[in-house]
Amino acid sequence: MKQIKILGSGCRNCEITANVIAQAAKDAGVEVEIEKITDIAEIMAYGVMSTPGVVVDGKVVHAGGLPGPDQARAWVRD
Amino acid sequence: MFDAFSNALAFSLLGLDPASRTGAAVQFFIMDVAKIFALLVVVIYVMGLLRALVAPEKVRAFVRGRPDWQARGLAVSLGAVTPFCSCSSVPLFIGFVEAGIPLGVTFSFLIASPMINEVAAVILVGVLGWKLAVLYILAGLVVAWFGGLVMQRFRPERWVEDYVWKIQMGETVLPEPDTSFTGRHRFALTEVREIVGRIWKWVLIGIGVGALFHGFVPAGWVSEYLGGDKWYTVPAAVVLGIPLYSNATGVIPIAEAMLGKGVAVGTTLALMMSVAALSLPELLILRKVIKWQALALLAAVLAIAFTLVGWGFNAIV
Repeated sequence: MKQIKILGSGCRNCEITANVIAQAAKDAGVEVEIEKITDIAEIMAYGVMSTPGVVVDGKVVHAGGLPGPDQARAWVRD
Repeated sequence: MFDAFSNALAFSLLGLDPASRTGAAVQFFIMDVAKIFALLVVVIYVMGLLRALVAPEKVRAFVRGRPDWQARGLAVSLGAVTPFCSCSSVPLFIGFVEAGIPLGVTFSFLIASPMINEVAAVILVGVLGWKLAVLYILAGLVVAWFGGLVMQRFRPERWVEDYVWKIQMGETVLPEPDTSFTGRHRFALTEVREIVGRIWKWVLIGIGVGALFHGFVPAGWVSEYLGGDKWYTVPAAVVLGIPLYSNATGVIPIAEAMLGKGVAVGTTLALMMSVAALSLPELLILRKVIKWQALALLAAVLAIAFTLVGWGFNAIV
């Protein structure tokens, strides 16, 4: 199962990002584990300054701004 | 084009009297909504297509390890072209501190960023003309440069929260942007949706306030109490702007209405800067990383700087 982390201090865009990814996973019929990281030290440890950031299986795939639905689809697939 | 459209809508379709206060306000409102939102969408899309928006991670990499004046120059100019969301000011601050960038330089960036951005610059040209746009941008750059320099004098390091110094920032290779046309187009569309979705409220409120000012505030009252020869108008504008928050684009229609009624240029600029760059909600977000002494100092430095800019322009224009 893929582990997806959403980096963000709880701003509105982080919520939307989490929802977009959850929706993409549901549409693709893939089970993913989504975790929200709100601790600033932990976010920065990923080298990300612009939130929301997205980490898939330990790798930063996105930083800053809302991801598009097709990006989210690519992340939940292998 | 926007003139004709708003005239048709306000006076023909809604049947309002062009000479009435409501008529003038409604026409102003329709014209600015159409004009500013059209400009916003086009400008953000084009910037997105060119990928002209610089990410804060890149700014950090550019600025770190440079001599002070270079770092400051870069921080001020990159701050001016970085679209700023106040929600990222905390990670940004920490990232800069962690990179060993002097605090004064970080403050220069934090001052320039909300005050100037390329989207607001284009809309300034479109609504107020290029002369005022240049004045605003130059004044903003100067304030950001010297504001950071003055902050540095007070050794603000002692006011940074302890945990900030301890954070270790990871090194990561951010994903390479997709530079094909489809990739750029998609990025540009997302930018438009994201930025317009974030700022439309401020812009609409700004246009509303501008429209009311345009329709209901008599020019005679303005020249009597808000003329350029009244010294108190500039500090009053700055103080008025502190509790108010809007983004740089949202204050443009207010400035348009004020200038149209004959408020002095310096007074208008002071209000624009104070609303865009000096606001309580914005400052309180930074409270997470710096103590209130530093916030109070930053507010004071900016308020004095905006007042000087306002007086300066009122004296020469």
